[in-house]
Amino acid sequence: MAHTEAELLDNPVAGRPALILRSPDFHAITEAVAEPVEGPAPLGWWLFFLPSLALLGLLGIAVSWLFWEGIGIWGLNVPVGWAWDITNFVFWVGIGHAGTLISAILFLFRQKWRTSINRSAEAMTIFAVMCAMLFPGIHVGRVWVAYWMFPIPNQMGMWPNFRSPLLWDVFAVSVYGTVSALFWYVGLIPDLATMRDRAKTPTRRFVYGLFALGWRGSVRQWHHYESAYLVLAALATPLVLSVHSVVSMDFAVSLLPGWHTTIFPPYFVAGAIFSGFAMVLTLMVICRTAFGLEHIITLRHFDYMAKIMLVTGSMVGFAYATEFFTSWYSGNPYEFFTFMNRALGPYAWAYWIMISCNVISPQIFWFRKARTSIPILFVLSIVINIGMWFERFVIIVTSLHRDFLPSAWGYFTPTVWDVSCLLGSFGLFFTMFCLFVRFLPMVATAEVKTVLPQADPHGPHGRGRDAPDRRVSVPASGGPAPAAEGAS
Amino acid sequence: MALLLPQLPNGPCYGVLAEFANPADLYRACERVRDEGFTRWDAHTPFPVHGLEKAMGLRRSPLPWIVLVTGLTGAALGFGLQWWVHASAYPLVISGKPYLAWPAFIPITFELGVLFAALGAVVGMLGINRLPMHHHPLFRSKVFERVTDDAFFISIESWDPRFDPSATRTLLQSLGARHVDLLES
Repeated sequence: MAHTEAELLDNPVAGRPALILRSPDFHAITEAVAEPVEGPAPLGWWLFFLPSLALLGLLGIAVSWLFWEGIGIWGLNVPVGWAWDITNFVFWVGIGHAGTLISAILFLFRQKWRTSINRSAEAMTIFAVMCAMLFPGIHVGRVWVAYWMFPIPNQMGMWPNFRSPLLWDVFAVSVYGTVSALFWYVGLIPDLATMRDRAKTPTRRFVYGLFALGWRGSVRQWHHYESAYLVLAALATPLVLSVHSVVSMDFAVSLLPGWHTTIFPPYFVAGAIFSGFAMVLTLMVICRTAFGLEHIITLRHFDYMAKIMLVTGSMVGFAYATEFFTSWYSGNPYEFFTFMNRALGPYAWAYWIMISCNVISPQIFWFRKARTSIPILFVLSIVINIGMWFERFVIIVTSLHRDFLPSAWGYFTPTVWDVSCLLGSFGLFFTMFCLFVRFLPMVATAEVKTVLPQADPHGPHGRGRDAPDRRVSVPASGGPAPAAEGAS
Repeated sequence: MALLLPQLPNGPCYGVLAEFANPADLYRACERVRDEGFTRWDAHTPFPVHGLEKAMGLRRSPLPWIVLVTGLTGAALGFGLQWWVHASAYPLVISGKPYLAWPAFIPITFELGVLFAALGAVVGMLGINRLPMHHHPLFRSKVFERVTDDAFFISIESWDPRFDPSATRTLLQSLGARHVDLLES
């Protein structure tokens, strides 16, 4: 890479370098983003897509067998009635949170670097929520009565219990999925119009044109569009914080030691953002190299994301310590036993995998060298997601497997169908993501263009309306440099 | 359905379309067109240009009010549904909670409020913008295809009271337009 590390990162003395490298013009951004959609699929794409599709097939088999035979095909038993199914659910919902954080919360905070990654992170959110919604749906056993979860007038005159957190969860996750999809689609409209106007074949022109809704870049339309985008960001921000809070209440509202704790909502939200950023990183490291987007998704983006992971990882570590302290300080013997049993009991191996992956490993991000090293970032992003999956496993299974009476103690061992459902959900996720990068612009082109210096009608670096030359481009053929430097 | 149909008055031609080199030129031109008193005109950009709505003299978007109304409606419906179900349609004591256990109704009230507000924002934005509108006279222009890539335009419609085919074209050229085209209706 032609750029040194110093050029890419913020320098408190020299100021901030451009977010997008190689100083592209507007057209170059369009070309770079449209290339993966319009060009032939690279071999690497097939190498990802076909195994993902195979895993999706495995999911189909596992779910069909589950419907036929019942949830007895999983390793569930009497004390451990929730295991990998709900672990996978909480894991996937959590993954989604980083996408909304990037698209909504960073938007409200005016973090312009988000424009390079928000489209793909939002796509990741939607696919993760799809994987998440699968598990509560299939874990009920009698899938054909899953509609009882929704308030649908029926012949039984029966209604769901709205006072239960499990029903709050149905609403929280489905509203989250819907609002994320709306937000994503609104963001896509101008870029779909770009794809429509570039289309070489009538089919592409028709399909992209259909979904672009006749967008014509009118400022009168942009005006309301930006208002809608801001409102959606402002709605998605409390929504995303509420979703994992409600998920955590599935546990916290019960009376089970290890679950019954008020720290859960903030602790779950921090963990969700932590794991979600790890997944964004895994995907972005692959995509930027595979599709030549290194000048749009730069080391600086990775540096920022690694900082967020360091913060959220440390928050999660702090929550683990607080839980332990509270279990001792409460003086409740059941509570203290549960936590000692987590760290030293039959599932101690899972607990220490969780601690080393989630608390110890991200501490390397205190060092800038680690935050800007692609191999370290890639490996750690996977390590962190393993750790976050184990966090949910530890919370769910270790709290269940030791009941109040020792006669009701047990141990959960997964079956091949547990493993198939987990791997299959990754198949669903990566199949959807592969299709996304082939058929939709994976970078928000219109938004990236706004952060280029020449997009500012008042000239670069805030020189104001009356600067002598408001254009950024340096005159060709070695003419004099813009006079602004002297005038301002 | 009236919102979904194109509403373009009849005229001899649609208007003029002028291309500008960059956002700064477009910004200055918009200020002049606004000050000349044109009303039926628009600017077209590949991305939202900061401050252009002021240069065009646009008023604030009414969208947040629509969102407020739909959001409050959703929240009220959500609360009302839970109240009606637990106090009237299917009264059942579960874990000793009262029928009107309003704190337990808050999460779903909030979620439905957000859902309706988000739907209001998207449907409201499309409605105000008269989208979808898959056919428009501007799409007949070949240069206009670059509006979603790297080109900046001003279009002035022929039914504007101040429109005059030659004078308007001269005005736009004097503002630094690259080419000015007359568009058929």
